[in-house]
Amino acid sequence: MTTEQYQLSATEVKVQQQQAKRNWLLCTPALIILGVAASGPLLVMFYYSFLTPGNYGGVEFEFSSQGWFKVFFNKDIFTDSVGIADAHLSIFWRSIRLSTMTTLVCLIIGFPTAYFIATRPQKDRNFWLFMVTIPFWTNLLIRTFAIMEVIRNKGIINNVLTSIDIIDAPIQMLYTDAAILVGMTYVYLPLMILPLYASMEKLDFNLIEAGYDLYATRFRVLKQVIIPLVKPGVVAGSILVFIPSLGAFVTPRVLGGGKRMMLGNLIELQFGQGRNWPLGAALSITLLFIVMVALLFYVKNAQKSGLKYD
Amino acid sequence: MTSPVTSKAQFSVRKLPGFTLIAIFCFVLLYVPILTLVLYSFNSGSSLALWEGFSIKWYYSAWQNKAVQEATGLSIVIALQAALYATVVATMAALGTTRTRPYRGQTAIYTIINQPLMVPEIVTAVALLICFAVVKEITQYRGITYLVLAHTAFCIPFAYLPIRARLEGMNNLLETAAADLYATPWRSFRYVTLPLLWPGILAGAMLAFVISLDDVVITEFVKSAGQDTLPTYMLGQLRRVITPEMNAISTALLAISVVMVSLIFILNRKKT
Repeated sequence: MTTEQYQLSATEVKVQQQQAKRNWLLCTPALIILGVAASGPLLVMFYYSFLTPGNYGGVEFEFSSQGWFKVFFNKDIFTDSVGIADAHLSIFWRSIRLSTMTTLVCLIIGFPTAYFIATRPQKDRNFWLFMVTIPFWTNLLIRTFAIMEVIRNKGIINNVLTSIDIIDAPIQMLYTDAAILVGMTYVYLPLMILPLYASMEKLDFNLIEAGYDLYATRFRVLKQVIIPLVKPGVVAGSILVFIPSLGAFVTPRVLGGGKRMMLGNLIELQFGQGRNWPLGAALSITLLFIVMVALLFYVKNAQKSGLKYD
Repeated sequence: MTSPVTSKAQFSVRKLPGFTLIAIFCFVLLYVPILTLVLYSFNSGSSLALWEGFSIKWYYSAWQNKAVQEATGLSIVIALQAALYATVVATMAALGTTRTRPYRGQTAIYTIINQPLMVPEIVTAVALLICFAVVKEITQYRGITYLVLAHTAFCIPFAYLPIRARLEGMNNLLETAAADLYATPWRSFRYVTLPLLWPGILAGAMLAFVISLDDVVITEFVKSAGQDTLPTYMLGQLRRVITPEMNAISTALLAISVVMVSLIFILNRKKT
C-alpha cells in the first residue's frame, strides 16, 4: 500500500480503516448503477455466447459452442463440410483496415494542426482549442449526416463538379469504403488533436533550437527531436481514434448504407434479422478483446514513456 | 536570438513547412460540413444542395411534426434525469477517490467508473439489450426507466472526470479549518467543500446532459417500441428521403451542444 517505514499507531490504523470505509460508501451508488447497467451486462453477455439461439431471437437456455464456432467458421448445410467464415473474416479485416487507415489519416492531419495550435501565442491557444472542442462535443450522428450531405450524389461536391463541367454524371461516393474512411476521419479527428496538443504544449523549444544549432535539417529536427518528445501524445491520440473506429456503428451504417458492414453492424445484424444472439454476443466479446489488447499496448507504452520523461 | 524585429522576418525555430497549411485545411474540413448543414436548414427550397432563398419554414415544419415533438420531449426527460443521477453519484464517487491515502480496491473503482469510456458503445448496447430483454419479459414493464438507467451509467464517467479534476486542485486546509471550528462533517461539506466544488459539478452535469442528449447507439438498442429520442428518430429518418427538416433538427441540437460547451469552457477558464 504505502512505502512508509515507521510503525503506525493503533489509532492511525483505525483512522485509515475508517477513511477507507467512508470512501467505499461514497463510491457505492456509482458502483451499483455501473454494475447493473455496464459491468454486469457484459458478464451476462459472456454467458449468453454459450447458449443456443432461439427461433425468433433470444436464446434457449441450453449449452452450445455454435456461437463461438460461427465467429470464425461456417458449416455447409448440405455437405456438412467446415470452412472458414469468409463473410465474417472479411468484415473483421475491413474493420481493422479502415480503423488503421482512419488512425493514420487523423495523425497526418492532426499532428500539424496540434503543432500549429501549440505554437500560437499563449492567449490565442484557447480559441483554437475551442474550435477543436466544438466539433468534438457535437452529436456524432449530426456530423455523420453533415458529411453525408457533402458527398451525396446530389451533394455539394458533385453539384459543384457538374456545374463547372468537370464531370458529366455525379461520382458515387456514398456507400463505399472510402465514404466510411472519410466519415470516420472527420468524426474522430478531434480525438487525435486534443491529446497531441496536450503533449506538444509541454514541448521545450530550446531543444529544437539546439537541434538547428547543430545543423540539423527541419526534417531531422521533426524526426529526431519533436516526434520522440511528443510520442506519448501520438500513442494516446492513435488509441483514442483506433478504438472507437473499430467499434463504429453509426458512421458505417449511414455512410456504408448497410452493404459495407463493419464489426458493429455485423453485431447489430445478429440481434436483428440474423436472430442469432449467441453469435452476436460472441462477436461483441471478440471486439472487446481486440480493444483490450490495444488498451494494454497503450498502458504499457504510457508507463515506459512516463519513466523516461517524468 | 537577436532583437525581435529582425528575428521575426528570419528563421523561426517554431515553424515547420506545410504545417500551417495542413492546419488550415483541417479547420476547413472540420467546419465546412457543419456550416453547410446549418446554412441549408434555412433554405426555402427542399434541396440540400441548391440555395433557393432564406426561410425558417423547415424549423416550423419540424416543430409541427408530432413525431419530432414526442422525440424531443423524451430526449429532454431522459437527459435531465440521467444528468441529475449521474452527477450526484459521480460527485460522491469523486469525493471517495480523491484527496485520500491510496486504499485497497481503488484501482478497481477507477476501472469500473471509467468502463463506459473504454468498452465500445455497441458492446455495452447489445449487453444491455440482452439483460433488459430478460427483465422486460419477467416484469412486463416497458417504460423509460431502462433508458434512464442505461444513460445514467453511461454518463457517470463524463460527470466524474471534471468533478475529480476540480477536487484534485483543491487542498483540504479549509475543511480542516472548518473541522477545527467544530463544524460537523456535513456542515463542512455543505458550507466549504460544495461551494468550492460547484464549478466542477456544474461542468460535469452539463457534460452528462449533452452526452445523454446525443446518445444514439445505446438508446437504439435499449428502447422499447415507440420510444424514439431525437437521435434515434434521426437515424431512422436517414434511410428515407431527407428533407431540410433534418438540418433544422440537427442545427437545433448543435446549438444546444455549442452553448453547453461554451459554458463549460468559461467555467473552466475562471478556475485558472
